[in-house]
Formats: sequence, structure tokens, C-alpha cells
Amino acid sequence: MADTIKKIATRESYGNALKELAEEFPQLVVLDADLAAATKTGIFKKAYPERHIDCGIAECNMVGIAAGLASVGKIPFVSSFAMFAAGRAYEQVRNSVGYPHLNVKIGATHAGITVGEDGATHQCNEDLALMRTIPGMVVMCPSDDVEAKAAVRAALEYEGPVYIRFGRAAVPVINDRPDYKFEIGKGTVVREGKDVTIVATGICVDSALGAAEKLAAEGISAEVVNICTIKPLDEEIVINSARKTGKVVTVEEHSVIGGLGSAVCDCLCAKLPTPVKKLGMQDVFGESGSAAALVAKYGLDAEGVYKSVKEFL
Amino acid sequence: MCRQGGRQKEETMNNLELKKHANDVRKGIVTAVHSAKAGHPGGSLSAADMFTFLYFEEMNIDPKNPKKEDRDRFVLSKGHTAPGLYSALANRGYFPVEDLTTLRKLGSYLQGHPCVHIPGVDMSSGSLGQGISAAVGMALGGKLDNRDFRVYTVLGDGELEEGQVWEASMFAGHRKLDNLCVIVDNNNLQIDGPIDQVCSPYPIDKKFEAFNFHVINIDAHDFDQIRSALKEARETKGMPTCIVMHSLKGKGVSFMENSVDWHGKAPNDEEYAVAMADLDKIAEELEKEGQA
Repeated sequence: MADTIKKIATRESYGNALKELAEEFPQLVVLDADLAAATKTGIFKKAYPERHIDCGIAECNMVGIAAGLASVGKIPFVSSFAMFAAGRAYEQVRNSVGYPHLNVKIGATHAGITVGEDGATHQCNEDLALMRTIPGMVVMCPSDDVEAKAAVRAALEYEGPVYIRFGRAAVPVINDRPDYKFEIGKGTVVREGKDVTIVATGICVDSALGAAEKLAAEGISAEVVNICTIKPLDEEIVINSARKTGKVVTVEEHSVIGGLGSAVCDCLCAKLPTPVKKLGMQDVFGESGSAAALVAKYGLDAEGVYKSVKEFL
Repeated sequence: MCRQGGRQKEETMNNLELKKHANDVRKGIVTAVHSAKAGHPGGSLSAADMFTFLYFEEMNIDPKNPKKEDRDRFVLSKGHTAPGLYSALANRGYFPVEDLTTLRKLGSYLQGHPCVHIPGVDMSSGSLGQGISAAVGMALGGKLDNRDFRVYTVLGDGELEEGQVWEASMFAGHRKLDNLCVIVDNNNLQIDGPIDQVCSPYPIDKKFEAFNFHVINIDAHDFDQIRSALKEARETKGMPTCIVMHSLKGKGVSFMENSVDWHGKAPNDEEYAVAMADLDKIAEELEKEGQA
């Protein structure tokens, strides 16, 4: 069964989407910092070499250049690993892009522990937290190929700064259905349930669905909410589900400090106090290993989520 | 005399007129910082002649239409010297000179550091090293779309200690951005003391040459040299230009000149009176020079 599921890394979706949208958005230019092969902007570069700007290994300057390009009417997509785009260049994103609210898009790949073997220096588990703190910044974390491409399009249609997080590892395509619609700031109930809500983002949506399947086998009905836009959060969908189930578990391939879990708690503690369990990196650095082994070790695969939800109930 | 077209006009302003405008810009700086009880007068005054020349003669801009599509762009990379930029903008007609006294006050549009919501400000700046990157991006955008605007950015000499300056310079040299003019205000002083004692960026000119810039050294307070350097920058093709302008921090106000104490401090009422008397005296001398 597992072998028949189509898998694709969202960084691949990113590169493909950039190329597919290039004609429709003539002002789109793509910036990279010597990682075009890895971030997959190389796909765009091959088709539109004159619109691909390699800034060399200098991410802070790259973000500043993007700010300047946006101020004269271009729509720059800045690409690097999440660690460098959101981490190293944080202050440039804040001051040169966020503060003047410029139309810069940041496509950050290799986020989270599924970077794998490169280890903790390259596994960014803090980007969503960092980007969330910048006023006016849209923060997205797509769950699969379909959502990743839709998020790139939505970012180009939107006027203002956007951060999108992509992964290195191939992940199952879960949103491939005819009625699929994407909107910035809108979550989706991907499975209905009544006993517990699992709010997940990015590659953890698939884990949440797997966990819900295991829970169902034991008579526990879990509702799964896919939150692609961490900011602005779809508060309505979170509150409605929490009201229905009375218990919420959040799942993200990110620190439990500042990301999806915190966003959900910020919302619920103000509007509908509900017990919440946050799954993610529990204030620790990652380590080297295969993506699958790391996801299992840190309890973010279907089995891990299943166990945590059981403990919580 | 109003010059809507900046450098595109054939006539040029004579040096006496420029000196008068620069003196007004300096009065605006001192008045704004005094009113705010905070701010950075030293580096605003050292770059005042350049601000004046850029806005009154060099740049293709229109104060009545600050967002004019084909305007030349300016980024104040050393954003803490916002009083100098604001005073030049106000004196050039972007907004009322009287508003300079609202600098840094709650509710004022004149923020402590440049912000894109201010008429005439093309880029928010102030975190050192970031403005030059934005200027490089603007210049690149101009090249990509075959537009003919030019981009100017002023950096502090202490700012050259920021690594991002050299990332941006490497890129600008590599991309041969000849529509970019980087101006370094070399007044030799930063907060902690003389730049060559804190962490020397010297030789500044040779460094920019090594990053594939055309480099021109000038006296920052000589309008003939400013004019000719900016003309040379405009005529230099195939590489960006860096103008290293050797300046006097606090220029024009006797007790602020070449004093590191006045990097980021406001004059009290007594000091303000002395400063304005200094500038009034210069104004009188310029009037006499005009009559002679």
C-alpha cells in the first residue's frame, strides 16, 4: 500500500511552481544563495536564467537585495535553507522587508529535522517562531505537493511579505482531490471526529491522519485540522473544532516554542480555554540520522502522534 | 529657484545657492535634534552638503510627486543621520520645514530612523549595513527592466565594519551595477572613538577598488568636487562608483566639529543658541558673498 502512494518533496513542488508561474507573473525573479540545486530553484533557473539571481553565499545581502528589487516593482522569491533564510537573515527580514512591508516572498527549504543527516546545525526548528513575530508577515507551511504549489501561487497573488516553509524529504501527496481549494489564512478539516482535535501543519498532517486511523481502530474519533497558514491563523476552524472535541493536540516539525502549537494556544487561551498538548521538538536540538528515523525518534510519525494522543486522553 | 528635474535640467545651481541651502539644512538638523532632545547631529552635519547637492541638483526627483516612477532612488544606509535627510527633504519641499521639530516624538511621521512612510524616503533603514543591500537591489531591478534611474546610498565610515556592506559590494561589483553610486561619509569618528582606533576600515578606497568599484576621493564640503565626482560616477560605465568623501563630523557648528561627543547627543537650550548663532553667522557671510 505504502509503495503506491505518490511522494514528492515540497522543495521540488516549490521549484516546479516557480517555473510554472513564471509567464503569468512577469515581475517574478528568483534569488538564491548558492543552493539552487538543493532548494530546487534550479528548475526555474534552467527555464529562465535571466530571471534567476545567484547572490552567492551571502543570505543577509540576498534579503536586502530582494527588498530593493521589491521596492522598484519586482516580485522576488528569496530562497535558501530555513536555517539561513529565517535564522541568519532574521534581522534583514524584519528590518528590510517586514518593517517597510515590501512585496518579498521567502521560500525556505530544508526546514525541520527531516533535513536528516546534516544534523542540528542545518535543522531549523525555529523559523516559524521567528517569522511569526514579524508584524504583517504571512507564514505558511504546506503539507504536500498540491498545497505547496497552491501556496506559491497564493503568495504571488498576495501583496506583502510572505514566508513559506518547504521540506527536503519526499512526503505523500494528500490533497490531490478535485474540490481542493487554497486560501491564505484558511485551514481545512481533513478528517472529521468528535473526541479530540489534532491540529497539524506541514509534513505532520500526514502523521496526524495516520494517527487518527490508528485511534479509530480503538474507537477514538479524532478530528484532523490541517493548518497551512500559521499566520494569520484560521482561528475560527481551531475554535470550532476545540468546542466540539474539548481537547486539542498540535503537531509540527518545529520547536513547541513559538510555532503552530503556540499560535493555537494563543488563540484558545484568549477565546476558548481548552487543554492543549503540543507535539514537536521539545526544546532540544536535532541530530544526524535519516529523516524517517528522526521523525520516529522525536515522536512525530503516525505511531508517535498516536501514542501521545492516547496519553493525553 | 525650483529644479523639478534635478540633473536632467541643463542649468545648474551655483555654489553660493547650494551653500545657502546646505546652511538651511544644517539649521534644520540642529533644530530637529534640539527639539527631539535626542538624535544624531554629528554625522548629519558631516553629510549635509552631499544631501543638499543630491536633492537640490543631482537627482531626478519631484518633491510634489515623491513616488514618481522614473525617479532616482536614495537610501540612507547610515540611517541614524535621518535628521540630515529629513532636513534636506523638508528644505527641498517634500514636507513643511516646521515639521522637523516633531522629530522622534510620539505620533510624528518623522521616525527616529528613515521609514518608507515619510514622503521622499525610498527605503526604511538604520540597522547598519542593510541600506546598501537594498540600494544594490534597486539598481539591479533597474538593470533587469532596462530602466534608467540611478541609485544613491550614503554609508558611514564606521558602518563599513558591518560584513553585509562587503557582501553587497561584492555583488554590486560582480553585477557591474554602474547605475549605483555608493557614498562613504568618512568623518573618521564612530560612537566609541576614531574609526582607526575602534576597528579600522582603512584603506577605504582600496577596499572598494578591490571589490571592483570605480573609486573617487573628495572633500565632502567642496561643491565643485561633489559635482564633478557625481558627474564622473554617472559617466562611469561597467562598474559601480564609490565616492569616499572626507568630511568633518559636526561641520558648521563650532563645538560639534570633529567631536565624537556629538555623534548621538542633542544640544541643550544654551548649546542650541550657540549652534544657531554659528549657522546664522555663516548665513550672513554667504549673504555678503552674494552681494560682493
